[in-house]
Amino acid sequence: MLPPKFDYVAPKSVSEAIGLLKSNGEGAKVIAGGQSLIPLLKLRLASPTLLVDIGRIPGLDYIRESEGFLRIGAMTRMADVAGSELLRRKYPIFHDASTVIADPLVRNLGTVGGNVSHGDPSNDLPAVTLALGADFAVEGPSGGRVIRARDFFVDTFTVALNHDDILTEVRVPMPKSMSGGAYLKVEQKVADFATAGVAVFLHVGAKGICESAGIGLTAVGPKAIEATKAEEAITGQKLTDGPALDRAAVLAAEASDPTSDIRGTAEYKRSLVRLMVVRALKLAYRRSRSGGTK
Amino acid sequence: MAETRHIVLSVNGEERQADVEPRLLLVHFLRESLGLTGTHSGCDTTNCGACTVLMDGRAVKSCTVLAVQAEGRKILTVEGLSQRGKLHPVQEAFLAGHGLQCGFCTSGMLMSSYALLARNPNPTEDEIRTAISGNLCRCTGYVQIIESIQKASALMRKQRARADG
Repeated sequence: MLPPKFDYVAPKSVSEAIGLLKSNGEGAKVIAGGQSLIPLLKLRLASPTLLVDIGRIPGLDYIRESEGFLRIGAMTRMADVAGSELLRRKYPIFHDASTVIADPLVRNLGTVGGNVSHGDPSNDLPAVTLALGADFAVEGPSGGRVIRARDFFVDTFTVALNHDDILTEVRVPMPKSMSGGAYLKVEQKVADFATAGVAVFLHVGAKGICESAGIGLTAVGPKAIEATKAEEAITGQKLTDGPALDRAAVLAAEASDPTSDIRGTAEYKRSLVRLMVVRALKLAYRRSRSGGTK
Repeated sequence: MAETRHIVLSVNGEERQADVEPRLLLVHFLRESLGLTGTHSGCDTTNCGACTVLMDGRAVKSCTVLAVQAEGRKILTVEGLSQRGKLHPVQEAFLAGHGLQCGFCTSGMLMSSYALLARNPNPTEDEIRTAISGNLCRCTGYVQIIESIQKASALMRKQRARADG
């Protein structure tokens, strides 16, 4: 399958890329790893006149902690997220997600920025960034700004980026207290999109009390969903209190809005959410105590 | 709109140049422009991995890379595995272990296996299964493929030990 004709340019800096996007109007589109965009081009679901390849811009590929944030550059390949010792040790939720995204070949090219900017409700990182309360650093023609994850995902394939904006960094506040996270996904086979996925991130206080919780849901609505009522329900509760976990899980299932398709009925997906929220809360809590990925 | 872009890249250690349309996929560039038909185009939808090649040392699906994205990169295809007419140990092992039936997925399997063994000379069975999880084989049930990769790993370790000793 041949993609439609388009022009191609590989700028050397973010400002050059933004200039190209601005001067070429809505027909210009950013390509990062291309693992979602190229299939869309082949299916002619996208037909840009110009592809602006940000893969040759130096300095967008990094994973580091600085000034109170974990920072992941937008062009960081998923394979590097999966292979990062820092993430495996301190932010296992990223390790969980990056090892179940697509397959190892796709992960060698697919990027963090592409996974979130694509706005696909079946992509895994949106729910993770919602659970973590991540910020997205964005550059545009009038300078830089920061968009919170919960404001970023607008609708299916629509995020809060203008056509001449470029996402440059995903930022996560470095946890101050005891914390733990987990991402669980049910998929029919390797490399399939999620039937459903659940991301949980917890701050845990004395006596196992949940100080704050982030819960994000994958593939059970028109966009990645933050289960805010479930987050509120578990906050202040003991994480060893089974009925409290169940109450949060029911609220998360109610917040989901799945459709029936080849991967299962809406009812089945809602039960998956309920089940996986309990499991992810337990795993995140266990990790907050052990500090590991187990 | 510019019709073509000039690209220069390394393919199996040789510098290659061409004028390509930006929409040309790497798999088609390799097969049709360079005549390297060992890389197969299978599903063309980023699923099957028959088109797997190495780009700067990493295994990728060449049906999901634009040729222009490969500009300046080092590409290794199945044709580049054998050296001076001698099969690479990964190829030897697939041959000896019968790690194939129809052979359509084989070049992709070989490339994923080669990439795995380059970074992990002694993988566990789980690591092998993960490494080839982006490569579909519809004949074998994978058992002999996995055994062939284990055999290749042993062959390569033996060769290295001999070279070191």
